[in-house]
Formats: sequence, structure tokens, C-alpha cells
Amino acid sequence: MDIANTPSLIFVTTAIPMITSILLMTSAKKPNLRESWSVIGAVLTFMSVMNLLPQVLAGASLEHTFFTLFPGVSVKFRLDGMGLLFAGTSSFLWILAAFYCVGYMRGLNEHAQTRFYVCYAISVGGAMGAAFAGNLFTLYLFYEIVSIATYPLVMHHQDEEGYEGGKKYIVYLFFTSKAFLLTGMVLLYIQCHTLDFDASGIVNGILPEGANRTLVTVTYLMFLFGFAKSGIMPLHNWLPSAMVAPTPVSALLHAVVVVKVGVFSTSRVMLSVFGTRLLHDTGLGMFTAYFVSFTILAASIIALTKTNLKARLAYSTVSQLSYVLLGVAMLTPNSVTGGLIHISNHAFSKITLFFCAGCIFVASGKKDIKEMGGLGYRMPFTMVAFSIAALSMIGVPPVCGFVSKWYLALGSMDLHNWIILTVLLVSSLLNAGYFVPIVIQAFFGKPLPEDEGATSNLEKNPLIMFMVVPLTITAIFSVIFGFYPDFFIKVVASADTGFFGHIIKGIAGL
Amino acid sequence: MEHYLIHNTLSYPILSVLVIVPLLGAGVTLFLKGDHAIKAWGLLVTLVTAALSVPLYTNWDFGTSRYQFAEVTEWFPFLSLNYVVGVDGISVLLVLLTTFVMPLCVLCSWTYIKDRFKEFILVTLLMETAMIGVFVSLNTVLFFIFWEAMLVPMYLLIAVWGGERKDYASIKFFLYTLLGSIFLLVSIVALFIKTGTFFIPELMAHEYSFSFQMWIFLAFTLAFAIKIPMFPFHTWLPAAHVEAPVAGSVILASILLKMGGYGFLRFCLPMAPAATVYCVPYLIFFSVVSIVVGGYLALGQSDIKKLIAYSSVGHMGFVTLGIFLLSDDGIKGAMMQMLNHGVTTGALFILVGIIYERTHSREIDKNSALGMAMPVYVTYLVIFSLASFGFPGTNGFIGEFLVLMGTFKTHLVAGGFAILGAILAAAYMLRLVQKMVWADSDGHGHHDDHGDDHGHGDGDHHALFDLNMREIGTLTFLVCFVFWIGLNPKPLMDVMDASVTQLLHQVGDGMKSIPGGEHGSGHHAALMDMGRQIREWVAMR
Repeated sequence: MDIANTPSLIFVTTAIPMITSILLMTSAKKPNLRESWSVIGAVLTFMSVMNLLPQVLAGASLEHTFFTLFPGVSVKFRLDGMGLLFAGTSSFLWILAAFYCVGYMRGLNEHAQTRFYVCYAISVGGAMGAAFAGNLFTLYLFYEIVSIATYPLVMHHQDEEGYEGGKKYIVYLFFTSKAFLLTGMVLLYIQCHTLDFDASGIVNGILPEGANRTLVTVTYLMFLFGFAKSGIMPLHNWLPSAMVAPTPVSALLHAVVVVKVGVFSTSRVMLSVFGTRLLHDTGLGMFTAYFVSFTILAASIIALTKTNLKARLAYSTVSQLSYVLLGVAMLTPNSVTGGLIHISNHAFSKITLFFCAGCIFVASGKKDIKEMGGLGYRMPFTMVAFSIAALSMIGVPPVCGFVSKWYLALGSMDLHNWIILTVLLVSSLLNAGYFVPIVIQAFFGKPLPEDEGATSNLEKNPLIMFMVVPLTITAIFSVIFGFYPDFFIKVVASADTGFFGHIIKGIAGL
Repeated sequence: MEHYLIHNTLSYPILSVLVIVPLLGAGVTLFLKGDHAIKAWGLLVTLVTAALSVPLYTNWDFGTSRYQFAEVTEWFPFLSLNYVVGVDGISVLLVLLTTFVMPLCVLCSWTYIKDRFKEFILVTLLMETAMIGVFVSLNTVLFFIFWEAMLVPMYLLIAVWGGERKDYASIKFFLYTLLGSIFLLVSIVALFIKTGTFFIPELMAHEYSFSFQMWIFLAFTLAFAIKIPMFPFHTWLPAAHVEAPVAGSVILASILLKMGGYGFLRFCLPMAPAATVYCVPYLIFFSVVSIVVGGYLALGQSDIKKLIAYSSVGHMGFVTLGIFLLSDDGIKGAMMQMLNHGVTTGALFILVGIIYERTHSREIDKNSALGMAMPVYVTYLVIFSLASFGFPGTNGFIGEFLVLMGTFKTHLVAGGFAILGAILAAAYMLRLVQKMVWADSDGHGHHDDHGDDHGHGDGDHHALFDLNMREIGTLTFLVCFVFWIGLNPKPLMDVMDASVTQLLHQVGDGMKSIPGGEHGSGHHAALMDMGRQIREWVAMR
């Protein structure tokens, strides 16, 4: 039975998390069963995504339309390398996060855990749908589902700070999606009479020849600012406020799923709607590159000023997300590769960092970097994992962050653009500037007076082990992907064999 | 007359039956005793009416713009006045909306209405007769009779079963609507004097001079702008909504407001096309003002019903905006918006009724933090709120998207303001949801209950039991429509397709009668241009 060829199998990847959420609801009173559902759902989701991998590598293009609203506007799923990379990363990390959640939520004895798990599963399902969306409407639909499902998670603590954070979160996300995204979609539909993505690759785009340049520019800007989840400045402010959420939310959702839905959507629109040729001809590509360069630098500088560990990580995320957009906006094969694989590389490293932050908080109650002196000896696995992930963020070989930066730098050199190359270098220095002090503090810093003499290992508790094991695994993967990056590159490059031609040849030559 | 109609071929005269069954049901109610029997009877009659209306869809002829299921009987031969009923693609959907919403009105009043149950069912059934009558009449006299017949039952619904300020609200409703009716009557008489017929399709086919068109257009527009209601005639609506009992609010929002939009499409556009095109800029202006003002006022409300009432003003602004774009997208979008508003806002009012029965308050502050106590209720609240502000995949998105598309094609600035309205809609609905489900930022109604188990009450509230099966059934029925229309609107769009094309054809043709030079050459040229565009579009079909 050749079930893998059924196009509707793409939909399964979205359906499994959604069904999981229903099972989670029904087992509210049985915590062990509930958490097992969460893990089982995550594993099944990952398997269903991997099931699609052979098709992508073979260059097959599957698509399936479920509902048609108007001609050209439908709920449609389509399989390609870019979507698979994002879906695979998110679903794999969900498995680890599902274990981590058990340790975190039970360790802190959090309230409303069922609601937490249900919304968590729906958010991941939304991300799966966005990854495999075959047109802009479907992308918009799942983008909004992610917004709505994460709203209760941000407000989870239901205190003053939680409500304020939640309000800011929803205002930023819905204002931008209604004001810009909806307008952009309407304008695009008027010009193209369809919202389907270009099936032929990433070069051509769907806009007709000779479209009005002003209107195209306006439409493009609507999309650039409409996907506020990408954390592009000046619309980044929701992300630091969303850090009031429990750490597993910050880890999986605000370092991987939610923000990546943002950059993924923006990249998707740039590549599959406008196409590299149009963006190049109109200069919109370089405009975007310079625009996000500002975010890269400014967010890093703000991160330097934060001493709350999660806040520093949040601004680091804002900065790193723009790497993805920068890579795509430079429009060269090398830079697009670098940008898209950064979706995965950043995900593995940043989730490690957040996992560590949460683990430190549960084990020792510490949130502020200044309090973390000497913690490296009491939580060795956690702090070593943290250090590895930090090196990845800085872009030190052989950790995976290096690979993305390498390709981004290659892209900037292809363009002979020294400004962007400088931005990359300065940003790496800034990254080092805010990550290295944390590592130094953990291993060489002085403990707080009240911790003086406390030498007990904090990682022995079985609940803490639920957190330490996942973060160790993600750190190990960060290193593995640094050594063997060609798998991701191959998946990404399958999106358009013409465009990525020499990169594919390069991998084959290895 | 005959070539406008396709006679009814069903085994029963379906449209007359739909009008008469609720009327007979109302008559029988007089002889029933006991609240339970009366309730059950009311439900039965409305359900039977709904069931009888199903063939309207299943036997629908999609290919024609003629009036289907028509019946003609001689009535007053000396005035050439016949009893003529029939439905086209525009009115049939509104008839179906009416027949399907009415059983829900009875269901949601099951425990809400405490006294005078007999009179309540009587009035509700009379209301149904009148409303269906308005949509099926193909004769201006018949139309006007049913139009006026709605007035008294609706007045009674508010005045007898209403809230504290029911006298003020009911009188205001009555006076506003009556004012509109007078203009309606004047236009109907004027049209008769001019043409010698009351038959609507013939009135549409007749060509009128531009100045005559202007007069009847203004009179009709005033009547329908009050009904729909369009800014600045909207002030009766919040008052009526707030004071009306839950069934009254549902009828008002789901069906009565649609009469305004229906009137524009049935009278203004086809009978006074040149005047319509001439007035388009002003009407689009007032539509946009309705959208923005409705949304802005909704944002500041502390009373849930008032909030939804102002949101209706905004939604109806989208309807009139769509209608006066005079394009295929616009009119279809307006029609979809009317149906969607009927489903979604009806459901929201039912939800308000449910919570009012439990807490005896419509204040948002007194109904906050319901998430833990009433998870099922909250789920429905979230679904309908999302549908209300046009979340993709729900019905609200369809109408909004079509209207926006039509607007951006021709009126960029109006489109920008309409987007502002859409943002305001998201803002006030999300604010409502945040406060009702969780709590406001002041920490009011904060739950100390940090347990994981759902479903136990809060000390602040009275008996906060979650929904019962009757309420779940009512709401689930509407949820089905939210997603059905939201994901597969094509069947409904197909029903209206031929009639909308025909309507645009009439408008395009009617443009020929715009007099030259009379209004300055620039404006005149623009009007002729618009007429030409519409005619070209119709010719392409």
C-alpha cells in the first residue's frame, strides 16, 4: 500500500496535534495520561513529518485542496523542502519540550496545566499547518490560529504582569495582521486573482508581468510588517513582554514555533509570492536586507543592557530572527540557504538556552544573571549545554550557528556588499558580548552571599532530570548539525533546483 | 408579468405556506393552556416552518435570475393589484435565514421569558409571518403591509418583555421605524402614480426621469438607512437591543436589520439606478463613517449587549459599503455579510442571554473570569467572537474579504477606513473575550482557584452552572453555519449569482438616463464612465 503518496497525508501533520489537544482535554483529571498524550502526539507528529521526507528529497511536489472559498482562495496544503525543514524542526523539538514541560510544570506546581498542554498542542498544530500551507490564505489561517492559541499561554499566570503581557501580545499581533496582512492579501488578490503560491520554484513569483510598481511595493511592505511574529523592529516589542509566560512556552513557542512562523511566513511570501527576480529588479530585496540589519544590531545592543536571563534571550531572539530575513533578502543562493537553515539551527540552539533558563529557575529559583555566580558547578550539564548553545549563537565552529553565518557571509560577499558583511561581524561580536559574561559568571563568578558554601548538585532531582535530559539532547544536536550541515541544506535546496543549482552540486561533491 | 416569474411546481404553494403556517400557529396559541404546552407548540410551529422552507434550497434553479416558486392570485382587480409572491437569489437566502433563526429564538427564550408566555409565542410567530412576508412579496402594497406588520409585534417584544428602560427604547424604535415607513409609503404611491402598477419587477423595468429617481431614491434610502441602521440614524438600535429580551435582540439583529439591506437591493438600485450612481460617493462616505463610528463606540462599552449592538452598526456599514460599490464582489460580499451577521450576532445575543439568566447582569465587569467556571460557554463565546471580527476560516471572513476586495479595487481611501473598522472589530471583540474569559488587568474577578479541575463555581457569582443541552444544541447549530459558510461559501454564492448579475445589469442600463450637462461635465463624465464599466462587466459574463 503506497500510502505515502496520498497528498492528504500532509494534512495529517496538522491534524495530529489538533487531535492530541482534544485527547488532552478529555484527560484533564489524569495528569499521567495527559502528559503521555502530549508525548505520543509529539512523536506521531514528528513521524508523520519525516514520512514526507523521501518525497521532498525526490523532488516530488504534493498538493491537496480541501476547501475552496473563492476562485484562487482555498485551504490548500503543499509539500516542499522549506516547509518540511520548519515542520520537522518544530515537531522534533516538541517531543523534547513535551518531556521538559512535565518537569517544569510539576516542578513549579503550576495551575491550569490542562489548558497549558491543550494550547501548546494547538500552537504546534498551527505551525505545522503554516509550514505546509499551499497558499496565502491557508498561511494566514494558521498564522492566526497560532496567535489565538498562544494568547492563553502568555497570560498563563493570570496576574497583573501576565495580563499586561498578554494584552500587548495580542494587540501587536492582531493589529498588524488586520491592518497590514489583510490589506496585503486583498491587494495581492486584486492584482493576481489568486493567493496560491508559485508552484514552479522561488524565482518567478505570482505577480503578473508589468504590474504597477507602486502597488507592488505597497503590497510587499504590507506583508513585511504584517507578519509581526518575525520580531522585526519596530514591531518587536511583543516578544520581550511575552516572556512572562512559563519557560516551556518561551522555549518552544517564542524561540521556535511562533517566531519562526513569522520569519517563515515572511520568507515564504518573499520567495513564493513575489519571487527573487521581482524583489531583485525592484530593489525591495536589498531594502529589506538593510532594514533588518538595523534590527540585528539594535536588538543585540538592547540585549547587552538586560540582566534578566529570559529578557536577554528574548532580545537575542529578535536579533537572530532577522538573520533569516537578511539571508532571504539578499537573494543569492548562498544567502537564502544560510537564512533558511538558520530557522533550524537557531531553533536547536535557542531552545537549549531557554531550556537552561527554565531549568535554572526551577532548580534554584534564579532569574537574574548576577545571581548565577558559580552555578556551573552545581548544574554542570545545564551550564555546559548553555555554553555550547551560546557558542552557536555567536557563530563559533563547529556548532551549527557557524554554518548559517558562514553562508550568510558568503552571500554578502557574492554581492560584494561590505556593509552587510560588517553587520554580520559586528553582530557576532555583540553576541559574544552578551553571552560570554553569562558563561564566565556561571563558572568563575562569585556566588551570592547566601549561596556561599552550597555545593549540592541541583540536577539530581528526578523532576529536574526531565529538563536536563532534553536540553542536553538539543545541545548535542546543535553540535551534530554543525558537523553535518548538508542534510538541512539538501532539504532547503530542493525548493528550486535551478536557483540552488551550484549548492546542490557542492553537496553532491562532498 | 409572466416572463419575470417561474411558477411554483412543488406539491404545495411553498411561499404562501411559509407565510401562513406561523400565522395559523399564532392563532392556535390562543387556545392553548400551560406554559409548557405553549413553548412546545411555538417550537413545533417554527421547526415545521423551517422544514417546509428547505425545498427552497434543494429545488433551487441556479441558472436564472427570475423569481422562483412564484404564485399569482387576483386580489383587487380594479387596481390591477394581485397577490404575487416569489423569491430570487437575494431574497431566498434571507427567507431561509429567517426560518432557521426563528426556532432558535424560541429555544433561547425557554427559561429567559418568565411571564406572559402565551403572548410571547403569539407575538414571535406573528413576527415570523411578517418577516417572511416582506422577503417574498413581489408587490409593493403587499410588501408595505408586511413591513408595517412587523412594527407592532417588535414594539411589543421590547415594551412587554424588555428591561428597565423598555418604554423609552420601544417608543424610540417605534418612532424611528415609523418615520422610515412614511417615506416608504410615499415612494410606493408615487411609483404607482407614475407607472400604474404595484408589481415590483415591472417597476424595476420601467425607466424614470432622473429627477424622479432622485426623489424616490432619497425617500427609499431614508427608510432603509433607518432600518439597517446607517450613521447618523443608528441611535435607536443600541437602545432597542439593550432593552429587548434575548429573542427580541436576536430577531432584531439577525433579521430585522437585513430588511434595510434588502430594501436597498430591491428598490434603490434597480428602480433608481442613475440616482444611486449619483449618490454613491455620499453613501460610501456614510457607510465608512458607520463602520468606524460603530467600531469606535463598541470599544468603549461596558454593557455587553450595547457592545454587540454598536458592532452591528459597524457590520451593517460593511453591508451598505458593499452594496454601493455597485460591483459583483461588493454586492455578494454585502449579502454574505448580512447572512453572516445574522448567524454570528444572533449567536452572540443568545450567549448574552445565557449569561444574563445566570448572573442577572449584562455588565462586562460583573461577568468576568468565567473561564474556569463555564468552560463550554467560553468556548462558544470565543468561536463566535472570532467569527464576528472575521477570523479566517469562519463566516465573518468571507463577507469582509469580498467587501474589502471590492472597495480596494475602486475606492482606496474608503478601503483604508474599512480596514480601520476591521481593526476596531478585532479590538473590541478581543477585549470582550479577555475580560469575560479571564479578567481585566485590574485583577477584577481574579480566580484564587489555582486547581486544575474545571467546572466549579466562583463565590462572586450566583449559580454559575455551565450550559445545558438545550443551549448547547442551539449554539452548535449556529457553529455549524459559522464553519460551513466560512470554508465553503460557494453554494450560497451560487444561489445569488444570477440575481446579482441581473441587478448589476439593471443598474448599468439605468445609467443611460443620466441627463447630460446638468451636473457639471466632470462629475457627469465620471458617472457615465462608471455606468459603462458596469455594463462592460455584465457583458463579459
